[in-house]
Amino acid sequence: MGLGTLAVILVVVGAVSLTVGARALSPPEVWHALFGPPDSDQGLTEIRLIVQTARVPRTVLAVVAGIALGVGGALIQGYTRNPIADTGLLGVNAGASFAVVSVIALFGFANPFQYVWFAFLGAAVAGVVVFGLASIGRGAGNPLTLALAGQGITVFLAAMTTAVSLSDQKSLNALRFWNSGSVAGVGFGVIWPVTVFIAVGLVLAATVLPALNLLNLGDDVARGLGVNLALSRTVGIVAITLLAGSATAACGPIAFLGLMVAHVARYLTGPDYRWLVPYAGLLGAVVLLVCDIVGRLVVRPGELDAGVVVALLGAPFFAILVWRGKFRSA
Amino acid sequence: MSAEYVTGNEYGAHTSHGGSRLAARGVTVGYGSRAVIDGLDVAIPPGVITTIIGPNGCGKSTLLRTLTRLLKPAKGTVVLDGEDVARLKTRDVAKKLGLLPQAPVAPEGLTVSDLVARGRHPHQSWLRQWSSDDAGVVERALAMTGVSELADRPVDSLSGGQRQRVWISMTLAQGTDLLLLDEPTTYLDLAHAIDVLDLVDDLHESGCTVVMVLHDLNLATRYSDHLIVMREGSILAQGHPRDVITAGLLDEAFGLRATVIEDPVGDRPLIVPIGRTHVQAGQSEQPGQSEQFGHSEHSERSGTVPAEEYAN
Repeated sequence: MGLGTLAVILVVVGAVSLTVGARALSPPEVWHALFGPPDSDQGLTEIRLIVQTARVPRTVLAVVAGIALGVGGALIQGYTRNPIADTGLLGVNAGASFAVVSVIALFGFANPFQYVWFAFLGAAVAGVVVFGLASIGRGAGNPLTLALAGQGITVFLAAMTTAVSLSDQKSLNALRFWNSGSVAGVGFGVIWPVTVFIAVGLVLAATVLPALNLLNLGDDVARGLGVNLALSRTVGIVAITLLAGSATAACGPIAFLGLMVAHVARYLTGPDYRWLVPYAGLLGAVVLLVCDIVGRLVVRPGELDAGVVVALLGAPFFAILVWRGKFRSA
Repeated sequence: MSAEYVTGNEYGAHTSHGGSRLAARGVTVGYGSRAVIDGLDVAIPPGVITTIIGPNGCGKSTLLRTLTRLLKPAKGTVVLDGEDVARLKTRDVAKKLGLLPQAPVAPEGLTVSDLVARGRHPHQSWLRQWSSDDAGVVERALAMTGVSELADRPVDSLSGGQRQRVWISMTLAQGTDLLLLDEPTTYLDLAHAIDVLDLVDDLHESGCTVVMVLHDLNLATRYSDHLIVMREGSILAQGHPRDVITAGLLDEAFGLRATVIEDPVGDRPLIVPIGRTHVQAGQSEQPGQSEQFGHSEHSERSGTVPAEEYAN
């Protein structure tokens, strides 16, 4: 499957996403709502409202966040040389969750618009602390040290999150909503800034791909071929934190997506990260969008959050990969 | 083809002066606070194969890693073509000095040609990704190491000997005439080890300066023009194998009892180790043998060696 094919699939799925929901719309209705002249007909105005304020934002967010999580997952697996690494490994999910419950408990924020920036801040601080911890002492920069530091910070923050949410009913409610991972209900006021952060993350990611290929031959070989380990690791970790932190801030933690699409991408492209990473990005967008659509269909007129569907569909898919021995080490 | 292989432009300028291109000056290197090497000086002679030998833990790999800038000395400098390596950009060092670490592992599914192509990294940048020059160099590197016909195979599907040839091929594609190999024969059977060392000798014939660490003393003697014998972090002796390898040195460096004889097929000495068992009567009484060995020999005969010593 080529990158072009994947892009076409993404466009088709994106179009489907605009038509599917509690109220099914036909393609002409969607087209008219997007590009048609303003009209006074009550029904059409309602459709316009649905398309422009609900369907379009959630579709855009699913694509942007999917790309970010896919690329982030492929990068973290490459940097840690660990095929089961996920963006959550750097503590960004735990950091975002802790920040969300904390500001709700402290300031009584009720609206995602208010706490999304704290979620991003929490993700960034957790990422920096984990990377800092992994950069001091004798195991400096070692992928195993990074994984251990990430695990330690994650467990600590999860405990703090539980402590705060158990003592504050409002936080617990918000956490339940936030923690499932959803692309719905977020407006462009949040989506555009998040997209800018993600774009910066993608540019940084693109600059480290050749070095990442060499890091996968081992640190000594990479240095022998002239890779500046500290620089390429730092840039990579900053990119992962920007990508995963932004996506998590906007959607809540969506576990499993980055891990899963990185494996599918590796199966399609082989171990060259210059191909693997773009594939993982597009696959992430397609999968997250499909999961959001499925979530809108299965419990109509209610909805299942995209993060829940990712886990529900991803787990069996993953099991099949394991069973058929299609895994390749990172 | 081998002669032109290293004289092309992409292989960097040859230095005209006859002196050493790579040297360590007063280097102290260690892990944590423990110094493995303390104030060591060494110069790598140009245009020959140098092999560092010594008992386990003597610091031979540490020295090689220091020379290749993988380890940063706490004191002293490593000098490459007259410049302090620590002050050079790692990419500029990579254009002059190729290195192959011990037992490298390729990612699953990576093909031979892709691996060898990665050797071109020091010569590439974001603006200049891949050129026909690169393709030519990779092709010649594959041909010289005899792995051209394996180009499309995944590295992990190859035998140990083939795999090592491929890694050497990658190091060649880097286009340096200074190659440092850390135990290139690890995990190889004798036939494949000979095969790899013959290849190393081809590289030397084509103009490369080679530095290796080897465990097998007879292979080191056969394939080296210059031996550096280390013990406890310092250099015990160095020079041509014919001058360096003696029963006395082997005893001093390794605590090994051995007879050194004329190699019936080669032009270098041959080391015949004397173990505790399977040795003909009289062979154990070598001149120059130290007292304690005579003693242990005696105690073995009289059956006082504890049973555990035989257990393995």
